[in-house]
Amino acid sequence: MSDNVTDVETETAPDDDHHPSDLQYVKIALVLGLITAVEVFTYFESVLDWGDALIPSLLVMMVVKFWLVARMFMHLKQDKPILSGLFITGLGMAVAVYIVALLAFQFWN
Amino acid sequence: MATTTTAPVVTHKDAHQTNTGISNNKLAMWLFLGTECLLFGGLISTYLLYKTRGNGRTLPTDIFDIPFTSVSSFVLLMSSLTMVLALSAINRGEVERSRAWLLTTAMLGGVFVGGQVYEFTTFVREGVGFTTNPASSAFYTLTGFHGVHVSIGILLLMSLVVASVQGKLKQSNAETVEIIGLYWHFVDIVWIFIFTVIYLIPAE
Amino acid sequence: MAIIEHPLEIETREAPLAERPLGSLTRPQGGNGWRDWLSTVDHKRIGIMYGVAAMFFFIVGGFEALLLRTQLAFPEQGFLSAQLYNELYTMHGLTMVFLFVMPLAAAFANYLIPLQIGARDVAFPRLNALSFWVWLSGAVFINSSWLVGGGGPDCGWFCYSPNSGVTFSPTHGVDFYAVGLLIIGAASIVSSLNLIVTVLNMRAPGMSLFRMPVLTWMLLVTQFLLAFALPVIVVALFLLLFDRVFDSQFFDPDAGADPLLWQHLFWIFGHPEVYIIILPSFGIISEIIPTFSRKPIFGYSFMVFSGIAIGFMGWGVWAHHMFVSGIGPISVAAFSLSTMFIAVPTGVKILNWLATMWGGRIRFTTAMLFAVGTVAMFTIGGLSGVTHAIAPADTQQTDTYYIVAHFHYVIFGGGVLGLMGGSYFWWPKIFGYMLNETRGKIHFWLMIIGMNLTFGPMHVLGLQGMSRRIDTYSAGFGFDLWNLVATIGAFTIAFGVAFFLYNVFASKRDAKHLPAPGPDPWDARSLEWMVPSPTPEHNFDEIPTVESLDEWWYRKYGYDADGKVVRIATVDEAAQAGDGEGVHLPSPSFWPLVVAVGMPLIGYGIIFNLWLCLIGGLLTAGGLFAWVLEPVDDPDTGHGHDDHHGDDDDDGDDAAMVGAVAAADGEEG
Repeated sequence: MSDNVTDVETETAPDDDHHPSDLQYVKIALVLGLITAVEVFTYFESVLDWGDALIPSLLVMMVVKFWLVARMFMHLKQDKPILSGLFITGLGMAVAVYIVALLAFQFWN
Repeated sequence: MATTTTAPVVTHKDAHQTNTGISNNKLAMWLFLGTECLLFGGLISTYLLYKTRGNGRTLPTDIFDIPFTSVSSFVLLMSSLTMVLALSAINRGEVERSRAWLLTTAMLGGVFVGGQVYEFTTFVREGVGFTTNPASSAFYTLTGFHGVHVSIGILLLMSLVVASVQGKLKQSNAETVEIIGLYWHFVDIVWIFIFTVIYLIPAE
Repeated sequence: MAIIEHPLEIETREAPLAERPLGSLTRPQGGNGWRDWLSTVDHKRIGIMYGVAAMFFFIVGGFEALLLRTQLAFPEQGFLSAQLYNELYTMHGLTMVFLFVMPLAAAFANYLIPLQIGARDVAFPRLNALSFWVWLSGAVFINSSWLVGGGGPDCGWFCYSPNSGVTFSPTHGVDFYAVGLLIIGAASIVSSLNLIVTVLNMRAPGMSLFRMPVLTWMLLVTQFLLAFALPVIVVALFLLLFDRVFDSQFFDPDAGADPLLWQHLFWIFGHPEVYIIILPSFGIISEIIPTFSRKPIFGYSFMVFSGIAIGFMGWGVWAHHMFVSGIGPISVAAFSLSTMFIAVPTGVKILNWLATMWGGRIRFTTAMLFAVGTVAMFTIGGLSGVTHAIAPADTQQTDTYYIVAHFHYVIFGGGVLGLMGGSYFWWPKIFGYMLNETRGKIHFWLMIIGMNLTFGPMHVLGLQGMSRRIDTYSAGFGFDLWNLVATIGAFTIAFGVAFFLYNVFASKRDAKHLPAPGPDPWDARSLEWMVPSPTPEHNFDEIPTVESLDEWWYRKYGYDADGKVVRIATVDEAAQAGDGEGVHLPSPSFWPLVVAVGMPLIGYGIIFNLWLCLIGGLLTAGGLFAWVLEPVDDPDTGHGHDDHHGDDDDDGDDAAMVGAVAAADGEEG
């Protein structure tokens, strides 16, 4: 992860083999923006009638954005797996426990 | 201010490497973020449970301004980009560029918080205050906690900017930027959750 | 300010004093004065402080229990008013759980984890100090409710809503409950992160995870449970606090809210909490039993995996505390089933402890008596727990003294007895003298007899229908005899505890005439026994390289050609001498204490006057900034980020860690 200070050539070159370049970060951000635009689009009744597909679609888009930020911006892809493991454990426990709690409240009835 | 010493020189009889190969600080931050999932999960679940309980008064879902909130969300999302650009810059030793990106991130965060404040004051004027009904209490608590987290993040970022101005932030301690970046991205991720689950998914 | 120059004082502390820009609050150097204890970042001193404070609160909580038992000794007594009774049993529970058992376990965790893994300290020494001082300030805060809160909280330690709201609990007691637990919870979360990073990152060369002692494993699982469970009660406590202080609508049924939300959130924390209470004790006896059976722990991997299993499964059973709350038959059935399953990994452990003893050369030292007592008493408590898992049966048992019996057998019989055994076992290592064995055995028998007299009859009372959480009972129900017996038992326990304290002081006096215990008085198995007693400040002269589980044992013993165990080195040969020349230790700091002092002030501010919040907030925030900016007096600055000597080397890293603390703190109001 350490580099020569002189190795500044361009912003677009990756600083080493592992990390994405600045350009790649911008591209990811554009994708994130695009997904957000689609999400907002669903809010307005217009061309598409989402019907039953609405909530699953929103959730999928949410997960994709989440995954992109975690994997790429937070560097989980390049880091040692234990970090992903720890985070996913916390996240997984939270999701599981709270879903069970909401089930106990008969939230989905 | 040299001091005279006749004592033995410090020797390092123990290794500097960590067993996992990850620094203590970074490991601790990821663990902390894992615990924060439990915190925000509880707040989100509380909101989900209460979101239709209006006690005869206006619900938050009745008055959401989705276009406005989407702009806020986009701003926060872009702040994650500027954050990672700040890290990328400091990793290359570009201290001033990194400082500029950090400042931008903080400012974008400030815009987000400002948007939240505007949103809240509007809601209050429209009849949905903190104590109006269970739904509103849950809404404000969830988004309020998130806002406090963003604000703390802004403080951290500004501390980094100040440290950078003082010449204390260099390529050699770039990991500090990375770790504060992790916190910042997490706060963004929580908002990704909140925006979808609270704002976009319609109340039944 | 003048720059002060000091020659180096002692061999183990070579760092010279740097400039003193902050005057008297600059980092002090070594020593034994009260200022040194207030500014210590040494995990051993912090562990001792946790232990001493925990014992103090044990007496407070015990005193509260004696008052309760005095009231209940005879029917229809007016010794305590109903209100005072409620406050006392609430504070008894809070004190025993949060101010005694958990910090005593933290004492062992803090003292022993670095030693057992071959490290010099924890990953974040100043954060370690912060956890202690914040915990202590929370402990004092919650007890100050007696004086300034109009009485203690009166809602029970579980504090169900809507009873916990302002309508039914109008005094400030419940406010003190909420804020106090938030403060204590923050301390524990920070501490758990610290210890997890320590175990994952700072093990000695060769100390793979599966060469760690069982105690370290159980403590590691405990830290994960703390880290993930506490945020849930943090949410619940904030919701409660907001309802009470700001009139939010989280638990008011008239507003359409659901009081069960509190119960779910509380017990999602509360059930992992009981495993947080018991796992350290399980770990302790997993060290004691092999030592005094002269056999390795039976089924080491099973012990480790069952501990991990308990950690995971403990998340899936919480609503067994809510079987009669109206959650409906499907939830009840599901949680009943999951609760039955969780008996399995615990059963594995019990079998393994017994198998360890089987065929061993057993020595019944006091520590061993306590360990065996723990297994026996926990088994009894576990069996009553199994009966609770059967939901139809629990419908009769719940809210009766049968439940009180169950949890006291597991917490006191399982948790407290194990911690006491650990005290006897590691006392020489910590303090440099042995606790007298004869007096120890008297202590043990007083505890065993006392606890069985106290809690045994409660099974009967519960099945006979005596309700729990009541300040008195009518004559003529048949409850009289066993209540009286229970009270006698309670005073027996009290006598036992007093006897323990007597043993502590008398043994210290005796120690002057007795030979020093040396590094390894018990012929034990793990790394802490290879350093002198009491442990030198720097822990290990040289970090050992580990080649097996029970590393210390195998430095003393090997196998001959016939496979028999033979001694290959004496303790003098194999142990370390305690010469810490040239060892670099983390520097002390006052800032954790300053940060901690601000928190109860913020608490008083929330309850009484917001100006106090400002003052407290300035102390906490200012303390955090000063911490980050603290002058480094370590000549080895500029270490890489992987340096695990503590976060005093790099301001930048401190900012990250302090930021995380601030984020956690920021939630404390």
